[in-house]
Amino acid sequence: MMTQYILEIAYLIASITFIIGLKMMSNPKKARQGNLIAAVGMTIAIIGTIFLYSKEGLTSRDNIKMILIFGGIATGTIIGWLTAKKVQMTKMPELVSMFNGMGGACAALIGLMEFHHSVGQTSTMITVLAGMIIGSVSFSGSIIAYLKLNGAMAKPIRLPKYNIINTIVMFALFAFAAYVVVSGTDSSTLLYLLFAAALFYGILFVIPIGGVDMPVVISLLNSFTGLAAAFGGFLYDNKVMLTGGILVGSAGTLLTIVMCKAMNRSLFSVIFGSFGNTAAAADGVDVAGSIKDISTTDVAVLMNYSKRVVIVPGYGLAVAQAQHIIPELELLLEERGVEVKYAIHPVAGRMPGHMNVLLAESNVDYGKMVEMDEINSEFEQTDVVLVVGANDVVNPAAKTDPSSPIYGMPILDVEKAKHIIVNKRSMSAGYAGIENLLFYDPKTSMFFGDAKKALTALVAELKTM
Amino acid sequence: MEQILSFISTHREMIYFIILAVFVGVEVIGHVPSVLHTPLMSGANAIHGVVVVGAIIVMLDTDASNYISLTLGTVAVILGTLNVVGGFVVTDRMLDMFKKK
Repeated sequence: MMTQYILEIAYLIASITFIIGLKMMSNPKKARQGNLIAAVGMTIAIIGTIFLYSKEGLTSRDNIKMILIFGGIATGTIIGWLTAKKVQMTKMPELVSMFNGMGGACAALIGLMEFHHSVGQTSTMITVLAGMIIGSVSFSGSIIAYLKLNGAMAKPIRLPKYNIINTIVMFALFAFAAYVVVSGTDSSTLLYLLFAAALFYGILFVIPIGGVDMPVVISLLNSFTGLAAAFGGFLYDNKVMLTGGILVGSAGTLLTIVMCKAMNRSLFSVIFGSFGNTAAAADGVDVAGSIKDISTTDVAVLMNYSKRVVIVPGYGLAVAQAQHIIPELELLLEERGVEVKYAIHPVAGRMPGHMNVLLAESNVDYGKMVEMDEINSEFEQTDVVLVVGANDVVNPAAKTDPSSPIYGMPILDVEKAKHIIVNKRSMSAGYAGIENLLFYDPKTSMFFGDAKKALTALVAELKTM
Repeated sequence: MEQILSFISTHREMIYFIILAVFVGVEVIGHVPSVLHTPLMSGANAIHGVVVVGAIIVMLDTDASNYISLTLGTVAVILGTLNVVGGFVVTDRMLDMFKKK
């Protein structure tokens, strides 16, 4: 009995570390420490469970079980550690969705194993199946999200009437699960059929969603896995699983909504996809004016004699691996008394906050990365805005053209600055496939070329001045 | 109807707990600046890896001669640990970058 009390306290400590850890993540200075605290709490919960958990009559610590548990933990630790240490920062969305899928699969397997212990107990069975189904959807959905981000499945695959099909499959899945609960069956065949159906639904759920919306999907699947973990906590009356699961479930849902707002989309339109349809309608927009080229020397001169420069980085910057040249540019300009800031759109990069991570990796001070709402009031006093590898987030059509698919999306008001320099490889449209009127603005100059080469040339030019 | 009411009644503490935890989650995340959204997502990702505790419990409760359960359980432990360790390590790596100037 004593051990039971100690375990409860271990779970209590772990739960508190999760809350404190997440809380500390709101401050860049304390965030790392917060993450470590949560990790320590997790270790306490895991070790405590291994040595102290007991359920009358059922729990035994045979050698074989202990070897398998420790072997499993060692294997998972080595693979997880190596993957996490090796991954490139640009691949962060893929990694998060992959790890998320693993957690979902873990929850699904628990459901599969607990099924036979729960036959005949309605509320327990509902908990077991809910955890199993949500975990499975999260697993297969994450794998599809991974493949899409990876480029292996770049185009959204849309069956005709996919919304109706998905909805029918979802209700069929619920009905099937309800039947299994109500009938009180202990058939393994039905269980595995249900498992397969849940996996299938996860695939159907993610497959029609486009690449742009993938971060929202990952965040949503993240909260699904949290929910699956919470069902596990309900099942075992295990408080640490409940706290961890629900915290992530609710935090993930909130984060999903925040992301949707930043993209000016509703969660509904992400899942049921209206983006592809409206994009076609905007093709016929007439573009007035012409574009203007600028040479490297002219860019250097312009920047050299400015007071305030704002750099707007987009994912194109990271694709060209040009983010590492940025700090050098910043340093050169600051030596000349130019104030440099970075304007970060909430969805710059491939997931929210991704651009901040990429710049931080290149040693840019996070204090200079300014959020959209704050920087938008400063553009009027800005001499030069340098847009590198960003497109849709600086497209004024979001404010002026109601027929544009991005109409209503909050954007960076770069057109208010005195000069706008846009670095682009060519005149092709952005990720969303929309023409950008900013390029035709009389104040805009196009600085064509690969981001890395262009910035390297710019830095070399500045050094001669 | 009575079944539902009795379910709520027997699990009332759990239900209080869940509702409060939902609000704590929202409250805690509500103040995170967008600068930290990516580390936050991967940190939260690591925390739901707590599901590995469930996998360990299944292993401990299962019969040592039930090889199917032992196999599935081991796989679940591996996957859950991967989620936990990978999530925390990669979050640490990212946040380390924010520390230095």
